[in-house]
Amino acid sequence: MKKDLIWKAAIYLIMSMVIVAGIAFPIVEKPSAWYEFPLIMGLGENAKIIFFHVPSSWLTVIAYLMAMVYGVKYLRKKNLEDDMKSYAAIQLGSIFCILATVTGSVWAKFAWGSFWHWDPRETSIFALLLIYGALFALRSAIENDEKRATLSAVYSIIAFITVPFFIFIMPRIMTGLHPGSADDSNAGPVVNFKMNANMQVVFYVSLAVFTMLYFWMWKLGSSALILNEKVKKLKYRS
Amino acid sequence: MKFYWLFRKDLQSELRTRYAINALGMFIVVTISVILFSIGQEKITQNLSGGLFWVVVFFSAMSGLSRAFVSEEERGTVLTLQLMSDPNTVLGGKLLFNIVLVFSMNIFIALLYSALFDVFVIKNLPMFLLAFVLGNLGIGISSTLIAAIIAKANTKGTLYPVLSFPILLPLFLTLIEITKKAMEGVPFDEGFIEIATLVSYDVVMVAAGFMLFDLVWKE
Repeated sequence: MKKDLIWKAAIYLIMSMVIVAGIAFPIVEKPSAWYEFPLIMGLGENAKIIFFHVPSSWLTVIAYLMAMVYGVKYLRKKNLEDDMKSYAAIQLGSIFCILATVTGSVWAKFAWGSFWHWDPRETSIFALLLIYGALFALRSAIENDEKRATLSAVYSIIAFITVPFFIFIMPRIMTGLHPGSADDSNAGPVVNFKMNANMQVVFYVSLAVFTMLYFWMWKLGSSALILNEKVKKLKYRS
Repeated sequence: MKFYWLFRKDLQSELRTRYAINALGMFIVVTISVILFSIGQEKITQNLSGGLFWVVVFFSAMSGLSRAFVSEEERGTVLTLQLMSDPNTVLGGKLLFNIVLVFSMNIFIALLYSALFDVFVIKNLPMFLLAFVLGNLGIGISSTLIAAIIAKANTKGTLYPVLSFPILLPLFLTLIEITKKAMEGVPFDEGFIEIATLVSYDVVMVAAGFMLFDLVWKE
């Protein structure tokens, strides 16, 4: 209990620091003070959304990965708790997926001129959104617990196979606007940052604290689902 | 060779009822005529006609390919099939049947489509044919896998396109891209990445299918 409180306090503190730093720190042409961010050509003040957009798309992928890993675990051991954990990850992942789509679309409006471009990365986040939606549709169409767990695990594995195509192959084939696209001078899918040191610190701290927040939420969500199942069983027994 | 006999059984029962063939044929005619009506007197560009071709293919595939497993489930013959053969044989037979169905369907679509659309002219035919064959294999494999999952769920018809679309999306994006290139008549080297993508998609999906199928089948 005490340990939990420490974690909560840490997340609260670091999260507020990231929000304040991300929004309030000024962007200047030649940063000299410790709190100043550099001006990135073509982005200007818009660049600040990176502290919230990139962590949410990163968590979308992490949540999906966890959903699949727990799905595989379920297929091995046939323990329904693993399925609940996988389902909690799917629920959270879909929320972060929507957040990533919305923040990205807002950023695209101001940086590239319109809300949606069908840039390869936008296509892939859209495909992930569809996969999450399909998983919800599949889960709601099956009543038997074991059947639902098996089929959703198998589907999440099949869908996961298509992810490399979106992340590594589509950006090479199609021209895009995100860094790391076919016509971009940066190499590889990993973005070459044009940020200075303090911007990078805020960025990575934001990534870390969002991940911590996700794990906390996932723990709560999965234990709530498991307890719910236990209560249901007790009700049937009496 | 056991899976061949399963394929023969499916083919025979299909030829008796002609359920999938009739439904698919009519669906193709309806989809193409809807596109023709919506275009009306307007001129469509070459690129658009290449994309629309795959739209017709996608919707036709979604209308008929789930039959392979759904029909077994509806007739209540799943348990007999489970007793008589192992999962790999079942998947092999169903896969072969679906691939044959996809090929006959898509060849029909391609002939009808090129007769009705003047702008649908392929300049680099070998490249398009190679992509066409690889794409049909990919559609056949993915749709068989999803059909196996769908057959166990309650709402089979509506769920099928919902589950298939994200899986087929990389395949269709690549196919649309290479069709565009084949219509412009670029040399074979420039389409190499797309062909490689199609090959890897097919291989990966077959491997995943044979690894995961017995989990679904035994459920």
